[in-house]
Amino acid sequence: MAERRVVVTGLGVLAPNGHGLDAFEHALRAGQSGIRFVPELAELKFGCQVGGIPQGVEEIQGRYLSDEELYAMNPNMVYAAIAAIDAWTDSGLPRVAADAEPDWNTGAVLGTGIGGIDTIAEKLAPKTDAGKVARLGSTMVEQIMSSGNSARVAGLLGLGNQVTTNSSACNTGTEAVVDAFLRVREGRAERMLAGGSEGHSKYIWAGFDAMKVLNRTKNDAPAEASRPMSASAAGFIPGSGAGVLMLESLESARARGARIYAELLGGHVNCGGHRLGGSMTAPNPVSVQRCIRGAVAMAGIRPSEIDLINGHLTATFADPHEVENWRAALELTPETLPLIQSTKSLIGHALGAAGGIECVASVLQLGRGFAHGSINCEDLHPELAKYAARVLRETRDLPELRTVAKASFGFGDVNGCVIFRKWSE
Amino acid sequence: MSEQQVFEKVVSIIKPFAKAPEALAGAGMETSILKDLKVNSARLVDVVLEIEDAFEIEVKDEDADKVKTIGDAVKLILAAKA
Repeated sequence: MAERRVVVTGLGVLAPNGHGLDAFEHALRAGQSGIRFVPELAELKFGCQVGGIPQGVEEIQGRYLSDEELYAMNPNMVYAAIAAIDAWTDSGLPRVAADAEPDWNTGAVLGTGIGGIDTIAEKLAPKTDAGKVARLGSTMVEQIMSSGNSARVAGLLGLGNQVTTNSSACNTGTEAVVDAFLRVREGRAERMLAGGSEGHSKYIWAGFDAMKVLNRTKNDAPAEASRPMSASAAGFIPGSGAGVLMLESLESARARGARIYAELLGGHVNCGGHRLGGSMTAPNPVSVQRCIRGAVAMAGIRPSEIDLINGHLTATFADPHEVENWRAALELTPETLPLIQSTKSLIGHALGAAGGIECVASVLQLGRGFAHGSINCEDLHPELAKYAARVLRETRDLPELRTVAKASFGFGDVNGCVIFRKWSE
Repeated sequence: MSEQQVFEKVVSIIKPFAKAPEALAGAGMETSILKDLKVNSARLVDVVLEIEDAFEIEVKDEDADKVKTIGDAVKLILAAKA
């Protein structure tokens, strides 16, 4: 079968600094941080006591989910459901009736990094160890199975094509977009929801705190805590939420007259194999560059056509290396590198949701003609001095914004990169 | 506790799991929990746990398996409290 063009027809986002496209756009444009002090983390003596948590979810979820559905859902699943329903609605598709045939042509790849570990820690392990298995109730498996988020969304939306959850640490959401893209491109589905979700929990975040990879220096100034590309970056800030895109074949989108935000021109995923400088926790620079080049090659564009890079850029020591890898992969000079931004400066690192939320941010910026500034890097890292003009620190209206490259790099030495282009006939 | 009080309490316990709110509104002792109220069969486990907590009783697995209607649950509770 001939390879088909794939476009983005819907977006859904639940981020620490905004739910829904309008609120998220406003927060991105205004440089509004979603990082807040989390008292529970202080009580538990975490080094990092701030985090990114979507606000007002208790009120929002009642508009999306019944009591029976919510009864069996942890925050990871709730976040995935809200963003997926929003992406579906935004794409203009009608909801599949409860007693109708499933939509055989639509599926989902909705990833998560750590999934239901909060449910395991709060309920499954204590009750099981206390000999109270009979008191666990019926909802344990659906909440702790890795595919809990995508399975719930399948039921809510009546999805009949492939429905799965991928997991590749911080690359999860971006990998989901690439996997779903390839499935639509191959003609195995007309539409795929793609993205990722991650709950917020002391149990999800504790391991990162123990590794001392979280910033401990800004507990008294949460909005300043996430500092990608900054000289005073001292670790990432944990975040949570969900970001989901509706990927659709161009034929399907045209046939139903759907609004098209962008075309997904190409994508690539790979792994550094824990070789050549790569490890469980550090990216192999050769693999990072190969991943970026793979996406650009599939997109069939010249590197100089990229207007904006939405980086992985978490606020660890790796940020300068990442920027250098982008430059090397694109074979450009520091002066000609595309503009580069970090959405994590505003919302922290949403782990398995990061790639999903940041792909939504990328497409939203293309669709609405702007590029958001990265906050907290006024004191640019000295190794990035030569890139000073390319690091976007103030939001710009950019109606001419045409091509965005988005990459994620994750634990396990895994990489993902996608290239979006603003839609025009 | 009267049969009517137990009935009302059982209905309130089932309510969050029922996918047929109109059937719940007109429910009686003969109303089937799975067929009429469209409660997911897996959730019967949770209904029984809530009944155990609410009425401070223990329900044996074999007794729980026999609960098909609201009336079955009410009778089970009244017998356990007698």
